Amino acid sequence: MNEGTPLKDARHQAARLLPSGRARKAQYTALLFVLPAFTAYAVFVLAPLVMSVYYSTLRWDGIGKARFTGLANYVTVLTDPDLLSIIGNAFELVLYFTVIPVLLGLAVASSIRGHMSGTFGTLTRTVLFLPQVIPLVAAGIAWSWMFASSGLVNQALTAIGLTDWTRGWLGDFDFALPAVGIIGAWVLLGLCTMLLVTGIAKIDPSLYEAARLDGARPWHEFRYITLPGLRQEIGVCVTVTVISALASFDIVYIATSGGPGITTMVPGLEIYRLAFAHRQVGLASALAIVLMVLVLIAITPIQWYARDKK
Amino acid sequence: MTAAKPKTWLARFLLALLMAVTLLPFLSMFTAALAPSGSYPNGLSWPSDPQWGNFAKAFESANMGQLLMSSALIVLGVVPASVLAATMAGYGLAKLMQGRNKWIYLVFVAGLTLPFEAVITPLYYEVRAFGLLNTRFAIILPLIGLYMPFSVYWMRAHFLNVPNDLTEAAQLDGATRWKEFWLVQVPLARPAIMSLTILLFLWTWNQFLLPVVLVKDPSRRTMAGALGAFQGQWGTDVPLLCAGSLLILAPTVLLFLAFQRHFVAALLQGSVKG
Repeated sequence: MNEGTPLKDARHQAARLLPSGRARKAQYTALLFVLPAFTAYAVFVLAPLVMSVYYSTLRWDGIGKARFTGLANYVTVLTDPDLLSIIGNAFELVLYFTVIPVLLGLAVASSIRGHMSGTFGTLTRTVLFLPQVIPLVAAGIAWSWMFASSGLVNQALTAIGLTDWTRGWLGDFDFALPAVGIIGAWVLLGLCTMLLVTGIAKIDPSLYEAARLDGARPWHEFRYITLPGLRQEIGVCVTVTVISALASFDIVYIATSGGPGITTMVPGLEIYRLAFAHRQVGLASALAIVLMVLVLIAITPIQWYARDKK
Repeated sequence: MTAAKPKTWLARFLLALLMAVTLLPFLSMFTAALAPSGSYPNGLSWPSDPQWGNFAKAFESANMGQLLMSSALIVLGVVPASVLAATMAGYGLAKLMQGRNKWIYLVFVAGLTLPFEAVITPLYYEVRAFGLLNTRFAIILPLIGLYMPFSVYWMRAHFLNVPNDLTEAAQLDGATRWKEFWLVQVPLARPAIMSLTILLFLWTWNQFLLPVVLVKDPSRRTMAGALGAFQGQWGTDVPLLCAGSLLILAPTVLLFLAFQRHFVAALLQGSVKG
């Protein structure tokens, strides 16, 4: 935040001491500028959020009389084995959505270490951003086809002689969740790679020069220059990917609908099912609040890490 | 410099590999889309008798013309209104607000990481109470609100970087705040506005959860929402589903290819929230 000039401070003081017409009018104008945005936000985000909290204390089928049950729904969310395993699935997806793109992105960025210029650079950027431009639903459909019994994944396995490994991946109790994780990793891979490549180009090359003159190993360069230099970009990648994993809906809805069993069910889809198919509005709302809190808990430490230590 | 350059061939190889992985699903969809409708094609194989007619068939049965229209209407409902409101709010918060009203910005920022699923249930009852279920407004109005935290955050960040002398000069010339905003600030904010427009367009066009919950009729949904409905309809007909999916991808991909530079810049900056 920029420090106010003495004149401004004086004005502040004046505004506080004697609410002079002008200072008040200025604040009034400011509020008018913010009003349209705030109204839309209040009506369609803040109000529903308050309602979510209220619903979460009810036992309600969405139609008939609602009964107040206090925190019973939250107890259910945090003790019911099915709901707990659904929340666990979301965290398991983080492994794929976050770890794969960030590690691959780091590998690519540290091997390029500089701007991607020319035709090759443009081509790369264009191709790698494609998954970010298409709807997640389309990614889900494309990969459902990739993972189908006659799809490309099995075709490739057969081609290299691993016929025993072929299966309907998304219908397999052990492999469905990793397969969904791969879809998310595919979507986020290009974005993370490009963020890290852009970030590493900003690191001062003379740092690497100096390290080389001191006889540093590539691993040391990576550990002591690249990683600290990319702190912010890594933070952004991890934040974006963790949120997409925890709040996933589109991909799972299309690829598996949460099956087989509940092996790929995630909180976002379960909220939808509980509220609109099972008519348990209270429980759906409690799960929604828990999901919101989980996202906040998950990304807060990342924000601390990504802060530049200046 | 040459001595310090890491192995370029390794980088290129890795990138080529990533590009192949990115493109394979598209290619596989494309070859499947050309197989005879109702057949079970193989992952990646050029059909002996490519059925280009599948695209026409999918276009027909998906009512693609109407869908394009519907998505365009929803985008037109969401994007200009959001951009205008957010630009005004960003200016107000960055340039006019003082100490005591700080909390307003914090309230906006609190919504940055909100998963849409967290409010979708009450939104359904709210939209129903407004009598808007199954209309395009059921998607348009909530999205304006839901995109507001990011949009306001984005525009405020831009206005914080605009030097104050501009405002002071305009004030000395006797311009009202409103005049200054339109004549001085908005023209200067064009790059930020453009990026925000691109991002909101993409997010709206690809929005899936709201249409699925709030609009039953696929022809009043977004492209992505309609695609969800087709999957149920054509689920077993792989060639038709792939052809339909490719058609639904086409508009955004073509726009992206045309304005590649702007899209990439917007997506890169846009992910840097928080």
